[in-house]
Amino acid sequence: MWLFLFTELILFGGLFVVYAVYRFLHQAEFELAAKELDTLIGTINTMVLLTSSLTVALSLTAIQRGKPKLSLLLVGITIALALVFLVNKYFEWSHKFSVGLYPQSPELLNKPPGEILYFGLYFVMTGLHALHVIIGAVILAVMMRLIARGVITKDSYVKLEAGALYWHLVDIIWIFLFPLFYLIQ
Amino acid sequence: MTEHLQEHGQETHSIGYGRYALIWVGLMGLTGATVALAGIQLGRWVIITALTIASIKGLLVLNIFMHMRFEDKVFRLFTLVAGVVLMIFLVLTFFDYAFR
Repeated sequence: MWLFLFTELILFGGLFVVYAVYRFLHQAEFELAAKELDTLIGTINTMVLLTSSLTVALSLTAIQRGKPKLSLLLVGITIALALVFLVNKYFEWSHKFSVGLYPQSPELLNKPPGEILYFGLYFVMTGLHALHVIIGAVILAVMMRLIARGVITKDSYVKLEAGALYWHLVDIIWIFLFPLFYLIQ
Repeated sequence: MTEHLQEHGQETHSIGYGRYALIWVGLMGLTGATVALAGIQLGRWVIITALTIASIKGLLVLNIFMHMRFEDKVFRLFTLVAGVVLMIFLVLTFFDYAFR
């Protein structure tokens, strides 16, 4: 599992390098473009993801202590929080689309090159991250089923541990995406 | 008895609920701090403080939530190497762009 997480690190790491270079080259335009983002939604989503990381970590402790029902509940809360995150993301993106900000939109192409790059990176990086949130939620749903069927137990919880690790990675990536896109005005 | 063993976390490195909750409070606090700091005009320090706080948060999640602190040395070294490789990517890229 960790080896896979390292490959994920390189995938997102590469994008962060691209971000760093373009931001270095177009500093002022990046800061201007970032004003379009809603810091409040970003902050709420950060807190939602951090809390979901807590609940999935707690679910592992619960199963280790032989409390499958509590564990099930905690994974359920994690998935619910993932859905909250995605709903927020949906509203955020649809607002962007409604003001004409989407890849290749005429509105966007009229902006200076730095802002086009900023929004390109914004859509690619948060989009790829949202995809990871969806995959993570599906994985956790499978884990819930395995807990309910008694496959994941007090003595055999590696599957849940791997699912939780993936979820934490998704959280860590967001921890870095959040200040880099939302907090640079 | 098993409950007692796990409380000490030697065998399963199971961490207590309270400790996780405490880390969570810390993470929330740091999120508040980074948002508050972004509101203040700190000039070039903005990016440095934001990334420092993000790194602290990332390390908290990695070490506690992901149990990295309780893994063995060789494995922790591997993770460190992965992180360092990423930093090398960044630094070398900037040697190129900063001196053009």
